[in-house]
Amino acid sequence: MNLAATLRRQLTFWKALFYFIMAGGLAALYVRVVYGLGAATNQTDAFPWGLWKGFNVLAGIALGAGGFTLAATVHIFNVEKYKPVLRPAILTAFLGYLVMIIGLTIDIGQPLRIWHPIFMWNPHSVLFEVCWCVMLYLTVLMLELAPAVCERLGWRASLRVLRTISVPVVLFGVVLSTLHQSSLGTIFLIVPYKLYPLWYTPLLPVFFFVSAACSGFAVVMFASWHSAKAFHRQLPLPLLESMGSVLAVLLTFYLAMRFWDLHQRGMLHLLLVNRTETWLFLLEIGLMLAPAALLFHRRVRNNPTALYVCSAMVILGMVANRLNVSLTGIEAASSTHYFPKWSEWMVTFSLIAGAFALFRLAAKHLPIFPEAQVPSSAILTESSLPPAPQAELAFSRRA
Amino acid sequence: MSKAILYDATLCVGCRLCEKACAERNKLPYDDVIASREQLSASKLTTVVTRGDKFMRRLCMNCAEPTCVSVCLVGAFKKNAAGPVVYDQTRCIGCRYCMLACPFQVPAYQWDKQFPIVQKCDMCGDRVAAGRMTACAEACPTGATIFGDRDALIAEARKRISEKPDQYVNHIFGESEVGGTSVLLLSSVPFSQFGYRSDLTNEPVPMLTWRVLEHVPDIATMGGVLLSGVWWITHRRQEVEAAEGGNGTKETKS
Repeated sequence: MNLAATLRRQLTFWKALFYFIMAGGLAALYVRVVYGLGAATNQTDAFPWGLWKGFNVLAGIALGAGGFTLAATVHIFNVEKYKPVLRPAILTAFLGYLVMIIGLTIDIGQPLRIWHPIFMWNPHSVLFEVCWCVMLYLTVLMLELAPAVCERLGWRASLRVLRTISVPVVLFGVVLSTLHQSSLGTIFLIVPYKLYPLWYTPLLPVFFFVSAACSGFAVVMFASWHSAKAFHRQLPLPLLESMGSVLAVLLTFYLAMRFWDLHQRGMLHLLLVNRTETWLFLLEIGLMLAPAALLFHRRVRNNPTALYVCSAMVILGMVANRLNVSLTGIEAASSTHYFPKWSEWMVTFSLIAGAFALFRLAAKHLPIFPEAQVPSSAILTESSLPPAPQAELAFSRRA
Repeated sequence: MSKAILYDATLCVGCRLCEKACAERNKLPYDDVIASREQLSASKLTTVVTRGDKFMRRLCMNCAEPTCVSVCLVGAFKKNAAGPVVYDQTRCIGCRYCMLACPFQVPAYQWDKQFPIVQKCDMCGDRVAAGRMTACAEACPTGATIFGDRDALIAEARKRISEKPDQYVNHIFGESEVGGTSVLLLSSVPFSQFGYRSDLTNEPVPMLTWRVLEHVPDIATMGGVLLSGVWWITHRRQEVEAAEGGNGTKETKS
């Protein structure tokens, strides 16, 4: 009883937070639409890309990487045991990309022309390639998610069609993801005069790809942990344990490459320079290094809380990397200072919260998790309190 | 024949008539307040920077291989054969990648507009196409800004430097920076004092991304083939296992 009371109080808090964020986001959106980008953001001619590009777009896409890493693992490498987390992974990916597209539409100066790249081509532009890959991959994600919807609605015929095309669709999706996850790094190859040398390297596309794969696994672990909590299901620990070891290897590979690259370019000495960039670089690396070291221990991998903390650190490390490359690493050379306005924060937070609400909604009403049949009592109590506890998961999913 | 602008800072008296002519040509307001701003912006496409008794113009360099043309995903920028880098505002979606990528930090945005566009000097594309000179060159009373064939202007600049070597920095800015530009600058003090980068290489900036981008079709094809191969192997292995193991069941299609 005591516990129930505490829980109720907590739910109200998360609910309140959710509505507060959403209201703030709407207010920010109003300012953006009516008064323009200058009023809604702190972006300037000297600093044309802000939080909405750095976080909503760059980190958003990387957080959606779970979709292709697990699709490849399960369908192409045929590792059957990962199947239980495949659909949650695809759902996180779909929401990540959806939210990214909403964020981008808000960020660009002419949202009504967002369809232009379909007809107006410039194959020399990295953004053009990214744009097409993302459009196509979103279609792939819808096709990968469709079976869950069809199962729910009992559409047998559609299911059969989806099953026949599933292998080429997955293959196509993995290729598309490889291309655009890395190309997001290629975007910054064009700013050698702006990006601080701790980050500017010809290997940016490779680093973006590998770190996206890392955070893809981390997001799936994170989401599994949270949904187990929210829906009172048992955590698939053996599976997460195995993902943890894969993640440890991936992270080690990634970090080794980062330092090898610094060494090759003769930039290691920059780590001794006392500048903001150095500390931000160390923060970003630390957030990847700590889970890499921890996850090599079986004891850590078998501890749900430790696994959760590790996956959160990897996600934050990836986000820190994207923000460093797109914002903080560029600031000094732009001879300006940028800190996001309240409206920039609010839009970003609402996108995160919105993604969480949608994840919860989908997880509840679609066959996403293998034994997702929640005891009916739990459904009742929870659905009567709208999108509450997912706000707690909230900051994982999209950010 | 490729055209260019040559600006010789040693002849400039800082009268800002080029700024005024530019504003008129682009139908932008111009008054004392705007004149006092040294930054390029959406309402000021060229500016005269003053450092003591030295002057220097800032304007779009109209690169031979422009970064903005290469990065724009909808192809809103075009390099004309005559030299101007022109912008089609009806294509622009407002992603601002051109602004991030430009090595000269030139493109400016209408931050206060509901449906903003990018603004930059386009070397008077329409006038040049009609065989006229740019508005700034026409307005310049001292001959600090002149307009002509790029090769001829480079020869002229060389001549000026060699005739009065003590009056000039021995460098024509824009002759070879980022692959050459259609705006050429001469100065008596280092260009970096006016915000021009001294670390620009002679390689066109777009090559940095193109070197990666040109491999995309190969990576896509190779990746597709490789992944199909992996898929075939892993599933074949499973089929074989199924066949060798419990073959009591009818052959099941996977």
